[in-house]
Amino acid sequence: MTTTTAPLAGATEPAVLVLEDGTVYRGRAYGARGATLGEAVFSTGMTGYQETLTDPSYAGQIVVQTAPHIGNTGVNAEDAESRRIWVEGYVVRDAARRPSNWRSERPLDEELEEQGVVGIRGIDTRALTRRLRSVGSMRSGIFSGAEAQRPEAELLEAVRGQASMKGAKLAETVSVGETLTIEPADHGWSGEPLGTVVAVDLGIKSMTPRRFAERGLRVHVVPATVSFEELRALSPDGVFFSNGPGDPATADEQVELLRRVLREGIPFFGICFGNQLLGRALGFGTYKLPFGHRGINQPVLDRSTGKVEITAQNHGFAVDAPLEGPVTAPQEEFGRVEVSHVCLNDDVVEGIRCLDVPAFSVQYHPEAAAGPHDAAYLFDRFTDLMSAGSQKAGK
Amino acid sequence: MPRRHDLNSVLVIGSGPIVIGQAAEFDYSGTQALRVLKDEGIRVILVNSNPATIMTDPEFADATYIEPITPETVAKIIAKERPDAVLPTLGGQTALNTAIALDEQGVLEEYGVELIGANIEAINLGEDREAFKGVVERCGAESARSEIVHSMDEALAAAEKLGYPMVVRPSFTMGGLGSGMAYNERDLHRIAGAGIQYSPTSEVLLEESILGWKEYELEMMRDKNDNVVVVCSIENFDPVGVHTGDSITVAPALTLTDREYQKLRDVSIAVIREVGVDTGGCNIQFAIDPATGRVVVIEMNPRVSRSSALASKATGFPIAKIATKLSLGYTLDEIPNDITQKTPASFEPTLDYVVVKVPRFAFEKFPAADPTLTTTMKSVGEAMALGRNFTEALQKAMRSLEQKDGAFDFAAEELPAEQLAELVEATRTPTTQRIHQVRRALAAGASLETMYEATGIDPWFLDQLQLLNEVAEQVRADPSLTPETLREAKHHGFSDAQIASLAHTREDVVRGVRHALGIRPVFKTVDTCAAEFEAFTPYHYSSYDQEDEVAEHAGESIMILGSGPNRIGQGIEFDYSCVHASMVLREAGYETVMVNCNPETVSTDYDISTRLYFEPLTLEDVLEVIDSERRTGGLKGVYVQLGGQTPLKLAAELKEAGVPILGTSPEAIDLAEDRGEFSDVLDRAGLIAPKNGTASTFEEAKRIADGIGYPVLVRPSYVLGGRGMEIVYDEASLSRYLANATEVSAMQPALIDKFLEDAIEIDVDALYDGEDLYLGGVMEHIEEAGIHSGDSACVLPPVTLGPDVIERVREATLGIARGVGVHGLINIQFAVASDILYVIEANPRASRTVPFVSKATGVQLAKAAALIGTGASIAELTERGVLPTHLDGARYPEDAAIAVKEAVLPFSRFRTPEGEAVDSLLGPEMRSTGEVMGLDRFFDTAFAKSQAAIGSALPVEGRVFVSVANRDKRAAVIYVKMLHDLGFEIVTTGGTAQVLRRNGIPCTVVAKLAEAAESQRSIVDMVTDGEIDLIFNTPSGGGEARGDGYEIRAAATSVGVPVMTTISEFGAAIQSIDAQRQHSWGVMTLQEHEAQLAGGAA
Repeated sequence: MTTTTAPLAGATEPAVLVLEDGTVYRGRAYGARGATLGEAVFSTGMTGYQETLTDPSYAGQIVVQTAPHIGNTGVNAEDAESRRIWVEGYVVRDAARRPSNWRSERPLDEELEEQGVVGIRGIDTRALTRRLRSVGSMRSGIFSGAEAQRPEAELLEAVRGQASMKGAKLAETVSVGETLTIEPADHGWSGEPLGTVVAVDLGIKSMTPRRFAERGLRVHVVPATVSFEELRALSPDGVFFSNGPGDPATADEQVELLRRVLREGIPFFGICFGNQLLGRALGFGTYKLPFGHRGINQPVLDRSTGKVEITAQNHGFAVDAPLEGPVTAPQEEFGRVEVSHVCLNDDVVEGIRCLDVPAFSVQYHPEAAAGPHDAAYLFDRFTDLMSAGSQKAGK
Repeated sequence: MPRRHDLNSVLVIGSGPIVIGQAAEFDYSGTQALRVLKDEGIRVILVNSNPATIMTDPEFADATYIEPITPETVAKIIAKERPDAVLPTLGGQTALNTAIALDEQGVLEEYGVELIGANIEAINLGEDREAFKGVVERCGAESARSEIVHSMDEALAAAEKLGYPMVVRPSFTMGGLGSGMAYNERDLHRIAGAGIQYSPTSEVLLEESILGWKEYELEMMRDKNDNVVVVCSIENFDPVGVHTGDSITVAPALTLTDREYQKLRDVSIAVIREVGVDTGGCNIQFAIDPATGRVVVIEMNPRVSRSSALASKATGFPIAKIATKLSLGYTLDEIPNDITQKTPASFEPTLDYVVVKVPRFAFEKFPAADPTLTTTMKSVGEAMALGRNFTEALQKAMRSLEQKDGAFDFAAEELPAEQLAELVEATRTPTTQRIHQVRRALAAGASLETMYEATGIDPWFLDQLQLLNEVAEQVRADPSLTPETLREAKHHGFSDAQIASLAHTREDVVRGVRHALGIRPVFKTVDTCAAEFEAFTPYHYSSYDQEDEVAEHAGESIMILGSGPNRIGQGIEFDYSCVHASMVLREAGYETVMVNCNPETVSTDYDISTRLYFEPLTLEDVLEVIDSERRTGGLKGVYVQLGGQTPLKLAAELKEAGVPILGTSPEAIDLAEDRGEFSDVLDRAGLIAPKNGTASTFEEAKRIADGIGYPVLVRPSYVLGGRGMEIVYDEASLSRYLANATEVSAMQPALIDKFLEDAIEIDVDALYDGEDLYLGGVMEHIEEAGIHSGDSACVLPPVTLGPDVIERVREATLGIARGVGVHGLINIQFAVASDILYVIEANPRASRTVPFVSKATGVQLAKAAALIGTGASIAELTERGVLPTHLDGARYPEDAAIAVKEAVLPFSRFRTPEGEAVDSLLGPEMRSTGEVMGLDRFFDTAFAKSQAAIGSALPVEGRVFVSVANRDKRAAVIYVKMLHDLGFEIVTTGGTAQVLRRNGIPCTVVAKLAEAAESQRSIVDMVTDGEIDLIFNTPSGGGEARGDGYEIRAAATSVGVPVMTTISEFGAAIQSIDAQRQHSWGVMTLQEHEAQLAGGAA
């Protein structure tokens, strides 16, 4: 077990971060005191920590922020992407002593403490990021308060005792309990709603239904366990599968649900986890990336226009589909499919588009909270797909 | 998609001399651009009048024109070269303005030349304030709200909408006449009422004030496929009201949420599209109301800028290089990111560190100037530092300034409580000292709220200053320096010196304790991606953190210490020598290591050296870099002689620390700097210096001055760039000087030298290897001795010195180089008076004139010096062709072109607290910021070109004002006669008029300012109204500061009329005027010039 001492010392309470490979980082307690376990991943966004913390896709993960100052703008009610913080643990270098922003309502550390999020500050987050980049995302734990006093061997045992993210089934744990409806009128739309989207909540962020609503669509956010019949009862013009945590290989029920949606010819749009599930529904596999894509600066090529968009991403898994297409989907009933978007950093599949059924999805986050708004056009594409669908259906 | 193939030759316009607001960053950008163009196989044509740039090295272009960047001259170059395109976006506002003029004059159309990088429409939209307001509106964003009113009633109605305070600006008045800030209705009545009267159209613009708002800037790139990326966000520490070039700035922005940041990004993208910058970069500035978050777009620049150089260094994303590729038709996704190699340039850099830039000012050089910081930029340089948090970066940047009041003085005596209110009041006015005042006020108990109310500096930043105070308190309370305290202090960027002063001990003791405890910095890497991908470029910065990332060296390494922030007296010329050394040593097979903290420079481009450390150049920081280098490979040695005084003053301590110093030894450096020892060197070489002495009291000074005779030159010892130097003509002035010279004390006595009147000054740059001398260049100053050599124009080869004088200069140079023990470059200043050669001073290091000499003679002196430092002899270098056999400073081919160097002075930037221009009189204290070169077959035209290049082209007809001191009257007559014969109208004042008339020169007499009756127009009025085309005014000497001469020169500075303040310069000007009247000048390339120089061998 290698132990390295962080340069920070001082009178405040110690905390320790342990990785499953035995690396130990010592820093100071941040947020709640106690112990927490999760998959250590790093996120490179320089802004948007509040959105990151409240993104359900981070459930089960200990998030390392590469940006050195966190908490400067405090926390406000507007920017949360869901009803609570989802990260299992939080790792920062320099935590703000006080927030400063006209929208700030309270300091971040207070919020972390209140929501019971165990964090650590004052460690070399760049060293940790380099470690995760070269070894890959790892199981890890943060221990503070009395927990920090336990022998390192015990802590390491605890870290290694947790389940891996591979094979984790988490979407149901973060999903809403019952259907919520978001009305266009609440988001600046003045006319009658143009249509209805049923959004299956696998860990949805609040910005996503808002992006639909701004375009005149009524959105029913339904639980991850929704049945096809329940879904159809809401008369959707389109169906949406959201982002979410966990291994897509475990989401068999949702894959089956999606296949029925495709067979019915209901226009479909998926983001992130939803993209992985479209991949699976079409018969492709998914795989775990070594350290994932997490940040708001990822270049994605839209192959249909040749244009590059700077995207927000947060995914540890990806679809395994041939880059050169179109090809016939392994699940042949759905016809031809092509990879519509690729990540220019590493050629990972970032979007797929069906040519014979009205369905497409992207691996990244066009709702972009946090992140750049370059990909907002995808919501328009979906709107267009739905209106084409309704014309065909003679509605 | 590959690049456009219809572009085979491109003309790049540079930015000209270094001036305030347009500095070395454009050499950095331009050099990158030229490298890209050459790599693409394009024929590259360059015009830039600044010889001290790397970009004007002949190997960077196919045709290098060191010519004035005026539309007329650039048109001649276009006519001669017929380029396919002009790239005007990398040479600052100068290049952009030139391109606009070329377009307006139809030159581009006539020769079928395309503008690339930005089109005229885009440039105009960015420049024209009204048009830009329209752009902003079309993008759904806001500009500052404004209303045009014609009466007080309308003004009051508008005030309802805009709210107080507001800016009141009458339309169509000169120089901001009648404008002001109205804080309430009474002010509005007063200012707008008067404004309505002043304005010829009875029209007044009322604009909401955004003073005190948060200020941000985004650096953008866009390609022809409409891909847009934000390279960097920058936040100003100082709120709106201080020019961003004068503000401390921080990257990335630290006090915005993602939603707020994305709003700026969305607006920026909309604006860059609407303006139509389609193949290049731009920056956009924003103001944000800290209370409501309302965003106002301030302005945009459709080109590479100072900020983009900063952003490049801050992120590792080479904006200029990529902008150039985009202008050739590449798209962002086709261009690889050099640093990661595997990922493309179509991404947005993300930082895992904080970058702080601090400006460096030179107000001590302009004591009359008002040091209040405003929206007019006044800083002359900047330092940048990286750290893993704000406090570390800020403190590193502040100590990088190398100024007495640069870094925080935590040990300053406590502020008496009754003075706190006064200090808080002082912080309301932004000055160079404000950050120190704010910190001190916080330490003395002022609350963050109080300081925020007073300064508008974001509370987050204020709290960081308070954090520093708390850490300082911890150190003060723990003088035994426990590991916890030391770590905490280092985590927040405290230097060993700052810790020492708090713990009442010495810096080296702190260092000893720290090293014994193993508290050392690590070196991190700038990688554009926060470690997401592996970085292949070793661009490092230190931080007191955990993991070090410096790789092993593959071979022997040589370290070059750079010159730090640009300042008057130490600028781009020194960076030039450092860059040359790095280039030639890499060619020679060494791994080179650059240490510097100036983001404007070429030396801090990450691919100039094998390895770059972006670090302050203090002893502590340099020792830590050396330690890192020793850990990672075979450090052969360090060069301290190339970066000016900054590294030179570290030489002795580095040697003491066991660091091998390459080139001239620290002992030899001391020998040249110590007056006593240097005087022995001169004695042994049979040379003389002007009589001199050292005094710490007036009595001593009087005795010395009486002994050597007035006039004398007095200055404090141990100062640079002629700081505080004055020529004193009598005892009364001497007494006044010593009374005012606060820097003189027993520890730092005044140096008193005999001032040689009417002497010709000579500058020499030479190489010595212990055996042979290579006389690099002999420059004859155009102004007589007494004007600082950095401010004086000079000519190479000398045009009025006989061969025997030059031979004596050679012998004297050899004697001094040998006596001092130089191994590399030496610069010597001589003066010739009554045919006697005096030695003024010698500096055994690269000088300010090295680049000029290298351009004029085609010999790379800095490169040769670097090789001598590694053991090569001059004989070997001659054999290898690095040095020529047939040519040196004394042997210059008869038919080769003459090179004139002229200084550019920043007087027009400064105003007195009363709002008047400061005096433009030259003196022994250097005040120029940069230089140009004029190159032509004969001196007269070369001089004319140099004057045009500094933006003060000589008139060929019109009205000349002449007013000379008594001692100059005799010499002036013939020159004034010549001007009269050339058809100029001569205007003068009483005393001079009589002399001229008796010599048969008709002249018009105007009143001096003091004499002018109420209704009469004085000479100052004529100058201000543009009725005078050339001014010849020599000062009457002594303490004359507030006389008529000052008023005239100040007026000339305000309106930009050429002013000659010495007889010799006036003579040169008349020669040039005559030449220009006879023929229009031609243009020639440096490559043609070098061929001529080489031809001289045959």
